[in-house]
Amino acid sequence: MDESATATEVREVAHGVCVIDISGDVTAASEEVLVSAYTDATERGAEAVVLSFTALEYMNSGGIGLLVMLLVRAQRKRQRVLAYGLSDHYRQIFELTRLDEAVGIHDSEAAALVVAGAKG
Amino acid sequence: MSTMTDETPRGAQSWAKPVTELRITDVPDGATNINVDGRRLTSPIQGFGKMWQKTYTVRIPSEVVSPTELIAAWKLHFPEFWPKGNRFYGPLTGIAPGDVALLSMTLPGRMKLSTGVMVLFADEQSFTLMTPQGHMFAGWITFSAAQDGDETVAQAQVLMRASDPIYEVGLAFGGHRQEDLFWTRTLASLAAHFEHDGVVEKSVVCVDRRRQWSRWRNVWQSAAIRSTVYTVATPARKLRRRRQG
Repeated sequence: MDESATATEVREVAHGVCVIDISGDVTAASEEVLVSAYTDATERGAEAVVLSFTALEYMNSGGIGLLVMLLVRAQRKRQRVLAYGLSDHYRQIFELTRLDEAVGIHDSEAAALVVAGAKG
Repeated sequence: MSTMTDETPRGAQSWAKPVTELRITDVPDGATNINVDGRRLTSPIQGFGKMWQKTYTVRIPSEVVSPTELIAAWKLHFPEFWPKGNRFYGPLTGIAPGDVALLSMTLPGRMKLSTGVMVLFADEQSFTLMTPQGHMFAGWITFSAAQDGDETVAQAQVLMRASDPIYEVGLAFGGHRQEDLFWTRTLASLAAHFEHDGVVEKSVVCVDRRRQWSRWRNVWQSAAIRSTVYTVATPARKLRRRRQG
């Protein structure tokens, strides 16, 4: 089976706000990596999880499915999910799949953090 | 013909172009376009019921077919693998991103349902169909194939919520079973296409047990209700047409 070509890094940028930097490819094979990063953010007490897609190279429909699953986990824990760094193409994909109705999409990390309520 | 530039993201051509509403230009003979034109696509986020991930797999020896060969054949012959009583009215050329297909389905109680799907994504390894408003479920189905040892594993994976409360009740009372049978038979037909008698395996995960009550109004777009009304009104429509000459 396919191996993941996804890398993640979790940064606690403010009290209750974690950024997950996602790089490489996001596909169905990314599940373990993404869930691990999300769990890490949750264990650090994240009330808002900000997904950074600035280093995203490729995403297929399996990757979009994973994001929906991640969103459900976050909703269960009453966490907000925000995103930034999406290229125009992937912004359109978020709109097409209507993921943008549940994930707040922002132009920059600073803009996402303001909405996430990060106070430093 | 599309022109690719250096700035085109990798795999961009595998995705459907952005649409706000589905449009059907040609309605094939036998198909009914009462629940697709003008409808928006729906992901599991817009659905009502519990969220499910259902995975159906069948294994075929790699010496018989490789994953890319399998996906190519699946895309080309997609309607032929569907169980009897259900029709997929897609382009004859197969499955391509952005294609919209009309569907005629048989639901429990032999109720006929006219709906559709859009091809959200398609490449050499997989393709994904997404449902419009009014469909039985809100979500998508991804068909894929991968190498596992000396076998090619064909997979259909559904990520969905029932669209509205009526469908949610329907799923609990036979709908899930019917869907399991549908995809089990489809994968068995796919394996048979390669002259292989494959055993279809199923895995069902309830991803979210909560129902999204704020989405109960989806029932107004129910393809099942509209299809039933359309069927019941068919004699009256025929009569009116005859009178009009």
